Amino acid sequence: MTGLEYIRGVTTIELDRSLCNGCMMCIKVCPHPVFEALKRAVAVREPDLCIECGACVLNCPEDALSVHPGVGCATAILKGWITRSEPHCDCGS
Amino acid sequence: MSQLTTPTVGTRLGIVDRFGHWRVRLGVGRGRYSVAPGLYTIGTPDSSSPVLVTANYKLSFDVLRSELEDVDAWILVLDTNGVNVWCAAGKGTFGTEELVRRVQTTGLSDVVSHRKLVVPQLGATGVAAHEVRRLCGFKVVYGPVRARDVQAFLEAGMHATDGMRRVTFTVGERFAMIGVELASALKWIVPILVVMMLLAGGDSVLDRVRAVTPAALPVLAGVFAGVVLVPILLPWIPGRAFSLKGAILGAVVVGTTLVFMPGFQTTAGRTMLFLLGTTAASFLAMQFTGSTTFTSPSGVEWEMRRALPIQISAVFLAIVIGFAHWLGG
Repeated sequence: MTGLEYIRGVTTIELDRSLCNGCMMCIKVCPHPVFEALKRAVAVREPDLCIECGACVLNCPEDALSVHPGVGCATAILKGWITRSEPHCDCGS
Repeated sequence: MSQLTTPTVGTRLGIVDRFGHWRVRLGVGRGRYSVAPGLYTIGTPDSSSPVLVTANYKLSFDVLRSELEDVDAWILVLDTNGVNVWCAAGKGTFGTEELVRRVQTTGLSDVVSHRKLVVPQLGATGVAAHEVRRLCGFKVVYGPVRARDVQAFLEAGMHATDGMRRVTFTVGERFAMIGVELASALKWIVPILVVMMLLAGGDSVLDRVRAVTPAALPVLAGVFAGVVLVPILLPWIPGRAFSLKGAILGAVVVGTTLVFMPGFQTTAGRTMLFLLGTTAASFLAMQFTGSTTFTSPSGVEWEMRRALPIQISAVFLAIVIGFAHWLGG
């Protein structure tokens, strides 16, 4: 997505390569080209494209991935600060 | 559950469906636009036909069924309180637990002979495929992001290309987001304008409009820049932070409005309106992060910690300037 890149160097996606079994589930669920398939494992190629949705973490059967999940929404984060609670997405309900 | 008791739905959308879609895109009655959870049929599916999982937001359900013209399939609708797949998955209502429960309450294992569920990829934020398999024996196959690719995905033997897996944010997709943003902005703009009109002097409504316009128009231009222009022009505005994009475009739009608009000839008055309008654009552009497909929460927090103090200072400065000017006569 040219012209649609967000803040660099801040996402919290991390992969413990020693735990990865190469099932490629993370690549299937990731909505952006964050991961790269290697021979028997994956690598985090573009961490700046990660939106921290947590899909890969939830679908990793080996718990090899971690991210601080959340909603990339200023309104939700602002509400979270004001009410001193975790930001959550409630504009649909 | 037998095939006879499962409701069949068509693939053609009627005028009522289309009207409803425009209505909810403008944010009207969005929270109540739902279909009953459960199992539905498209075409004439048999026990070997695929099972497509979706949310019970009527817009999601309609978009899916309208793309399945030549398909025989089962549609398993989860109860997400009428919220779309991505948002519901983020909350966990479109999730492992509800999926397993719905498979069991619909007796799906008696309806189909295979053990595969096609779950939209954007549902993966709430669904753990390996857990679903462990709990109910069904294998989750993640389908494409967009409903329009489902038919090709099925024809390819449940294989999604890279393109089907990527989230986009085209001009059309950004445009569809503006309605809801605009509706929520108008909720506080209209009352403020009404109060300004009531406070303004004048014998007729037209007089009051004339009195309020010089002050209101530059700020409204800023609001318009933040809510409408930033989403449309997003990739072409310099900067990565939305607050910066909003401030840049806001400064241009508000500045132009002030140049071409008579009234408020004083430097102080113009500076105040420029600050207010530009800040409104910056703040509202920042709110648009919630509607995008590529902003990370860490990034949004990063820019908010930097932008909010500046935005608050700008408004404070505008108030001080306005007040000083008023005192100075």
